[in-house]
Amino acid sequence: MKGERRLRVMVAKPGLDGHDRGARIIARAYRDAGFEVVYTGLHQTPEEIVEAAIQEDVDMLGLSSLAGAHMYLFPRVIELLQEKGAEDIVVCGGGIIPDEDIAKLKSGGVKEIFTPGTPLDEITAWVREHVKPRA
Amino acid sequence: MERVMNPTTEKIIAGDIRAVARLIRDIDDGMPGVREVLKELYPHTGKAYIIGITGAPGVGKSTLVDQMVWHLREQGKTVGVLAVDPTSPFSGGAILGDRVRMQRHSLDDGVFIRSLATRGHFGGITQSTRSAIDVLDAMGKDVVIVETVGVGQDEVDVVKSAHSTVIVVIPGMGDDIQAIKAGILEVGDIFVINKAEREGTDKTLSDLRLMIDMDQKKYEGGRWKPPILQTQAVFDKGVVDLLEEIENHKQYLKENAEGLLFRRKKEKVREELVDMVKQRLIEMVLERVIDSGVFDEAVDSVASGSIDPYSACDKLLQSGFEIKPGA
Repeated sequence: MKGERRLRVMVAKPGLDGHDRGARIIARAYRDAGFEVVYTGLHQTPEEIVEAAIQEDVDMLGLSSLAGAHMYLFPRVIELLQEKGAEDIVVCGGGIIPDEDIAKLKSGGVKEIFTPGTPLDEITAWVREHVKPRA
Repeated sequence: MERVMNPTTEKIIAGDIRAVARLIRDIDDGMPGVREVLKELYPHTGKAYIIGITGAPGVGKSTLVDQMVWHLREQGKTVGVLAVDPTSPFSGGAILGDRVRMQRHSLDDGVFIRSLATRGHFGGITQSTRSAIDVLDAMGKDVVIVETVGVGQDEVDVVKSAHSTVIVVIPGMGDDIQAIKAGILEVGDIFVINKAEREGTDKTLSDLRLMIDMDQKKYEGGRWKPPILQTQAVFDKGVVDLLEEIENHKQYLKENAEGLLFRRKKEKVREELVDMVKQRLIEMVLERVIDSGVFDEAVDSVASGSIDPYSACDKLLQSGFEIKPGA
């Protein structure tokens, strides 16, 4: 009954990619897992996403990219989060991301990448395990 | 002696986005310590004009709010938006999707947008929403817009926390309007028919007019009669007129001899105090008896028949007040 945090996550679509079905499916899965999900909608710049993530005080930011611009967009988001002093927000990615890019992204600060076909309950289980509401 | 202000309070008053976002979260999650900050912030509230926007899902509230924010910014006003969406009763989670329609404002530092979930409270407004309004007010926002899911009687909640309440409907709600509980029509200050390009607008308009006119006596003596506006929020049509009507309503509240502005404030305060006292009672009594095990004992006693629940309740209340916190 006393203060108990609920997990807040953001699902964002950076860049020109116009395919949002995956993002919407994930958003629903997160809701069914008991999280509060803020969905930003399509065509967001990294700046807009980071501002929104800060205003919404989310614990995790999930970036969805199917148009191939992830090697620019994801690191740019991480860079901006650091600039704004919000590096405690866990960043994950999903979408069409080649294996060879995954390692690079992870060493750049993306905590995990979920490629197509990953079962939804695996994803939500990962989030529960690795993302805690901030202290 | 100079009283040192809590650093969080100072940051909020200075408009620090991160501090505001975190405080709203702490309030929402019921974290200890928020009460102290809210106490310090309270003297800094009371400047913002609070607008409630409510209506059934899908009528276009978020799009309307987005356009309102745009125009308010053109007028040089700073805006805070609280967009409330329902929590799923099954999972406890929520999809907060209102922001999608307002994202163009996210880089404007004159605008602060925050999505909130109802968290099981069926009314449009909870105490944590009210406190969030206070935070945005203290932060310096000229206008605070609260957008809530409105289904039936729940709208009434928004009214008590807002200066002006706007009820949004869409054409074709015809029979639904007839069936709508008196609650909405009693409390709406302004009615908006959005998506007015659609068929059925005229009928919806006359239905609403009929319902409002039915009670002509209410408006005698120069009392505010709710206007009905038509908008097409997606095309930014009618939004400027809406803002004008809100201004008119604000003037009316200020000038009215019965001091309506103050009465609104009293209503808001009344709701707040009831909720706060309830919450504190829960904290002071219920949580203490649960934590100390006295509650479980009572459950056992009642279930085994040695005491009736009413007497058990009386005893629990007594114990609750006697237990020292942290015991």
